[in-house]
Amino acid sequence: MTDSPKNYQLICGLEVHAELKTKSKMFCGCKNDPFHAPKPNLYTCPTCLGMPGGLPVPNKKAIEWTIKLGLALNCKINLFSKFDRKHYFYPDLPKGYQISQYDIPFCYDGYMDTSEGRVGITRIHLEEDTGKLLHKTIKNEKVSLVDFNRGGVPLVEVVTEPDIKTAAQAAEYGRKLRKIIRYLDIGNCDMQKGGMRLEANISLNETSDLPEYKVEVKNINSFKYMEQAINYEMKRQAVLLNDDKIPTQETRGWDANKQVTFSQRTKESAEDYRYFPDPDIPPLQFTKEQIESWKKDLPSLPEQVISDWKEEFNIEERYSQLLIDNVQAKALLGSIFAAAQKENVKPNDIAKEIINKNIRFDKDSKSQEVIAAYQQLHQTDDLDSSVLTKTIGQVLAANQDAVTKYQAGKTQVIGFLLGQVAQKLPQKLDMSLVRSELLKALEN
Amino acid sequence: MLLDKSISQLAKLLRSKKVSSVDLVTEAYDRIADLNPQLNSFISLRDKEEVIKEAKKADEGIDQATSLLHGIPYSLKDAYVNKETQTTCGSQVLDGFNSPYEATVQKKLKDSGAILIGKNNLDAWGHGGSTENTDYKVGKNPWDITRIPGGSSGGSAAAISSRMISFSIGEDTGGSIRNPSSMCNTSGLKVSYGRVSRYGTISYASSLDSVGPMAKSVEDLALVLKNIIGKDKLDATSSNNNDTDYLTDLNKKVSKTIGLPKEFFDEGLDPKVKEIILKAVKKYEDAGHKVVEVSIPLIKYGVSIYYLTGLSETSSNMARYDGVRYGHSRQLLSDETKRRIMLGSYALSAGYADELYKKAQQARTKLIEEFTKAFKECDVLLAPVTPSIPAKIGELINDPLKSFLEDLYTGPINVAGLTSLSIPAGFTQDKLPVGMQLIGKRFHEAELLQLGHAYQQLTNWHLEKPSIIQ
Repeated sequence: MTDSPKNYQLICGLEVHAELKTKSKMFCGCKNDPFHAPKPNLYTCPTCLGMPGGLPVPNKKAIEWTIKLGLALNCKINLFSKFDRKHYFYPDLPKGYQISQYDIPFCYDGYMDTSEGRVGITRIHLEEDTGKLLHKTIKNEKVSLVDFNRGGVPLVEVVTEPDIKTAAQAAEYGRKLRKIIRYLDIGNCDMQKGGMRLEANISLNETSDLPEYKVEVKNINSFKYMEQAINYEMKRQAVLLNDDKIPTQETRGWDANKQVTFSQRTKESAEDYRYFPDPDIPPLQFTKEQIESWKKDLPSLPEQVISDWKEEFNIEERYSQLLIDNVQAKALLGSIFAAAQKENVKPNDIAKEIINKNIRFDKDSKSQEVIAAYQQLHQTDDLDSSVLTKTIGQVLAANQDAVTKYQAGKTQVIGFLLGQVAQKLPQKLDMSLVRSELLKALEN
Repeated sequence: MLLDKSISQLAKLLRSKKVSSVDLVTEAYDRIADLNPQLNSFISLRDKEEVIKEAKKADEGIDQATSLLHGIPYSLKDAYVNKETQTTCGSQVLDGFNSPYEATVQKKLKDSGAILIGKNNLDAWGHGGSTENTDYKVGKNPWDITRIPGGSSGGSAAAISSRMISFSIGEDTGGSIRNPSSMCNTSGLKVSYGRVSRYGTISYASSLDSVGPMAKSVEDLALVLKNIIGKDKLDATSSNNNDTDYLTDLNKKVSKTIGLPKEFFDEGLDPKVKEIILKAVKKYEDAGHKVVEVSIPLIKYGVSIYYLTGLSETSSNMARYDGVRYGHSRQLLSDETKRRIMLGSYALSAGYADELYKKAQQARTKLIEEFTKAFKECDVLLAPVTPSIPAKIGELINDPLKSFLEDLYTGPINVAGLTSLSIPAGFTQDKLPVGMQLIGKRFHEAELLQLGHAYQQLTNWHLEKPSIIQ
């Protein structure tokens, strides 16, 4: 007999990997553009292929960016740091070890606030990405191919404390982290392609203490899936715990089709990666002044901008959340909103139309152009519906032939009729509106 | 015998057109054809016709040549990647491996106009001090072909000693340049860590490896060194600290304080070797240098620190030779290499790393401090290179521990990142060469070369050749 189900508390921490978009790879001069390479193994050299004699030289920009990410996440920075070798054998790892950071990561002890509370950031470190394995059948033979275009791309890993209490909070954390990385303009975080990868350590307990087991769900490539995977695991683990069974400590994957997690690997004991400082790379020493100057360079972060826009321009958060992803747009949007305010146009209306009507602009656009585009849209919106109805009536009356053809199924005459309506109306028209009104009239 | 002449003499003859690069290259190939079957100094040779063509070109360009190495034939220890031949590192695992790129040191030598002839035999992956641990034919000592030439750069030293080549590039992780130089009566320089780029060097132990010249005399070493130094953007550990023209001040009259570290003259040292070294010390004293005794007590841990560090690193550096993308199965690794990988993996393992690898690194720092202290009392240190005379072939390979102890006086120098020059100091009664090493502060190669050159102005040991070529 099992007892009645108990109330379990989710205890969850996340490990998020994100590729940095530096021009070159982490430890060599090869181009860092794995997703757009015209063919496999194009952006490679003796160093990132692990050829005999190849040596790593660290990418300064990637280090600076990692530290900036740490500063944006309220981390402390280790002024003395180093790279370490993490050993394991896998065909996508050409040296037999990954250059990573072990006991002295660049950043530690930070946090991110979410609507469900603060999530502690344990550490942020920098490492090199691995190559990509492709399992294919060529001429009826199953083969495993490896593409090293991704091998050696700079990869940051952000590790949280087990502070996450709900699946929704995990997803919120993930989205915010992606936003910050994009905002700092240091990574694209393209999740479909693996530019950002999520891992959740999930366990349940009756109290908020760490239980004796944890289940790791790896290689999740969307926030939605992560939420689903956590919810699924909570149910699965609760059933086991209610039966007085301890869930197995293991690595699981998420099957998005079946909506289940599945066991991939059981960890018998801790793996021994034989970490030691990479003797090819001298240790790194930063100065307080250097860190301070990087801190000053940080753009204001999404949270700050959203609250600034709210205060200054009364932009609704649902719009600013969507607009904020693009750091280059931020300054321009600010000036657009300010200019709109001067012309007595509500900035919030512009924000709304930029999203809904997809008003396009880029870094060279002038705020006046964007406002003009908005006003043009605004005019079509303003078209008096009685005028439109009347005009449509006139056009249909004058073109009975076409109406008959349409009713006989020759729908292509619509184009002709639309043209006739447009000719009679001098304004710029929202043609989709005209079209739907015209169809309505024809069906009557 | 042209290749018996110094590089500067050859450079003069080339410029006056009394001798051509074709003559030098031809002589090198002839002597290799004659002696290599007995000595096994080379693993790979370039195609002779191709090299002759290159030498002809060098002769045509001699009037415009800027480097004294222009047209001079040389060889590389087979631990450097190059495009002209295969690169094996002495192991069947890499047999037939043709590198798609070349080492920085090779590029610099080519740019200077020197002409590569081939690649020298070594203990596979640098794992050894006898050139017996090669997967090719066992290297022999030109002074006595029943004995080892030392190692791991034994092929290079034997080739220079028997005048197959004008100079060679060796690699020294724990004595691999100095030990065979001592055993083959040649001169070799272990540079300070960082002095010469390691890019394209097959790593044995990354924090200890150094790329250096091997030649007949200190003057030749200085000349080659000048051409290969410098900061390399492809090697994060390279440095241009104190870079200088090593030739200009070579003849400068200097008066130095020479320290004799007493721990290097303890009971482990063969009395025959000791006697020869002390005679060399006397020579310096007579020439007006001051000799003092110093102490580096931690030297007794030097070999342990060296092996714990070196084997840990080599266990990691060897991981890439998995036979997946190039090379052959790792089943072909020799017992010595397997032994070193296992010892290193153990020293880095969770639960043991604190007591082994990490403790060795702490001791390493302490040892560096002791050397620094010793250098407050003297300018350079003078010591034997190896504790004993060249072993009979088979003696060391069957006694791994004894083989490790061959690095007693050399390994600690790499641990401390210092520079050390090995030069001939005399012969035993059986006419076996004995070398000594002058050890300098990090990035003080110029000082060592001056002192070494001064000794070679006063003595003729370095000019003696093995009977095999007479």
